[in-house]
Amino acid sequence: MTNQTYETEINMAHPTASSSTLKLLGGIKVEVAAPSACVTSGGAGKSSCGSSAGPGDMPPEIWEKVKNHPCYSEEAHHHYARMHVAVAPACNIQCNYCNRKYDCSNESRPGVVSQKLTPDQAVKKVLAVASEIPQMTVLGIAGPGDALANPKKTFETFRQLQEKAPDIKLCLSTNGLALPDYVDEICRYNIDHVTITINMVDPGVGEKIYPWIFYNHKRIHGREAAQILTERQMLGLEMLTKRGVLTKVNSVLIPGINDRHLIEVNKAVKARGAFLHNIMPLISEAEHGTVFGLSGQRGPTAQELKEVQDACMGGANLMRHCRQCRADAVGLLGEDRSNEFTLEQVEKMEVVYDLDKRRAYQQKVEAERAAQAAAKAAALDAQPVDDGMKVLVAVATRGNGRVNEHFGHAHEFQIYEVSGSGTAFIGHRRVDHYCQGGWGEDDALPSIVTAINDCHAVLVSKIGACPRDELKAAGIEPVERYAHEFIEKAAISWFAEYRERLAKGEIVHQPRGDAAIRQGARVAA
Amino acid sequence: MAYKIVSSSCTGCSACEPECPNQAIIEKNGTFLIKPEKCTECIGHFDEPQCVAACPVDKTVIIDPGYPRYAAA
Repeated sequence: MTNQTYETEINMAHPTASSSTLKLLGGIKVEVAAPSACVTSGGAGKSSCGSSAGPGDMPPEIWEKVKNHPCYSEEAHHHYARMHVAVAPACNIQCNYCNRKYDCSNESRPGVVSQKLTPDQAVKKVLAVASEIPQMTVLGIAGPGDALANPKKTFETFRQLQEKAPDIKLCLSTNGLALPDYVDEICRYNIDHVTITINMVDPGVGEKIYPWIFYNHKRIHGREAAQILTERQMLGLEMLTKRGVLTKVNSVLIPGINDRHLIEVNKAVKARGAFLHNIMPLISEAEHGTVFGLSGQRGPTAQELKEVQDACMGGANLMRHCRQCRADAVGLLGEDRSNEFTLEQVEKMEVVYDLDKRRAYQQKVEAERAAQAAAKAAALDAQPVDDGMKVLVAVATRGNGRVNEHFGHAHEFQIYEVSGSGTAFIGHRRVDHYCQGGWGEDDALPSIVTAINDCHAVLVSKIGACPRDELKAAGIEPVERYAHEFIEKAAISWFAEYRERLAKGEIVHQPRGDAAIRQGARVAA
Repeated sequence: MAYKIVSSSCTGCSACEPECPNQAIIEKNGTFLIKPEKCTECIGHFDEPQCVAACPVDKTVIIDPGYPRYAAA
């Protein structure tokens, strides 16, 4: 079962909707039924997800920690925003997929920032963003180097925030080399989410990924470096698990180097108590100037990524909604509003940290989430019998869990696998905007088709005549009739219709091909 | 000789700064520099110069020929 499934079920146990009509994000009025509406039977036994973890595996205290965390909960990522503050520029290891000299404002990938901050500047920025964006619930320190290779700056930022913004969840991301030394401090500042990037558990694999580490005042190379790194990562993970800190493991899938090996990684981290495993595609382009970029090491295709992710189901819970954000990203995942909050702009802002306003907003979101779960359950109940067929659909959304983006304005599509027994979020695909200032850009269309080529349909709020015809010609059905509905409900309803049309012989089911995972910067902004 | 940092290739990441046993490294205009009079090349402290070992960019921390080699007392 995926996260979204147990969220559905835990929502059932903790109904939050309390009013019948609510004005929600973006001014859309939504009918929300009485609290009993979210108590449905939709979750149990209706999931198409393969992980063995069920709602019983998640105690209420862990649910409390993850339910509003966009990086830990697929469902939450539609509603809640995160921000990263770039207070940690130094790193203590070198990875072949990372080049710290590169910075481009169009570029979105880990390790990249436009402006590094002191702890005081970072705290000011967090308070400014939190008052502008009430759905910002999570603050992370993810670099651009390693959070724990800059312990003074990292923990000073956390110390101040714990005082000034007590409702914001704090998290950090690390390569794990220094982790065992800082577990006490992590617990002292109530950091209840830690992400460790673990790409291998075998130094023979590790030496192909890490040329060197800086450890105990020495630069150590090759297999010895990878041996120390993996020992420190495993020790750190075990220590965090013992202290009850929720730990996510990130792994970069590097075809030909660690693809099959990640199944071993998944088992090793699951055995040591990792809560989530996030397998991400390598981002690799010569223009990034990384060792892998320059050597021509390619990233995986969508199918290669999904195959490894699927092979890991049943181990640690898998996360598939990661957007591989920059270390100074601000906003919902997949969105970056960091340009609105540069140092200069933050200096000019009058910041009033209104905790009550933030809580009121978050309560509205909870009601919306309950309605979303109820809509999904109702759509599932109306499904014909599961015949084992599974298809992928692409969805254009601008957040809130709804099909609410115009095809031409989408800068990413979310991909769901639909079957007769439910939906599973399987990833997202970045694309260039098709629509530029009101005109469709024909150059962008083939790349969008390539990005969602494994999908049978694309659900959008609206689409122009020209891309509609071209998508149809490519065998992808453009669907507008579920505009502004909840995504999962829309996907399930579309699939029910699709199977009806098949049954009537109106259409013939054709298998789809593979899709490309977008590399590098957006070319059309 | 002391070590020096080639400012054009310094990323300003600060990895070197806390490693220096002599507090010889300071930040200036977003990059870092070594005060040569304080640099001991880590002789007597560590087996290898810490700023060189920690720096992520090759050939960024180099020997400064303008300064005589430090000799541990």
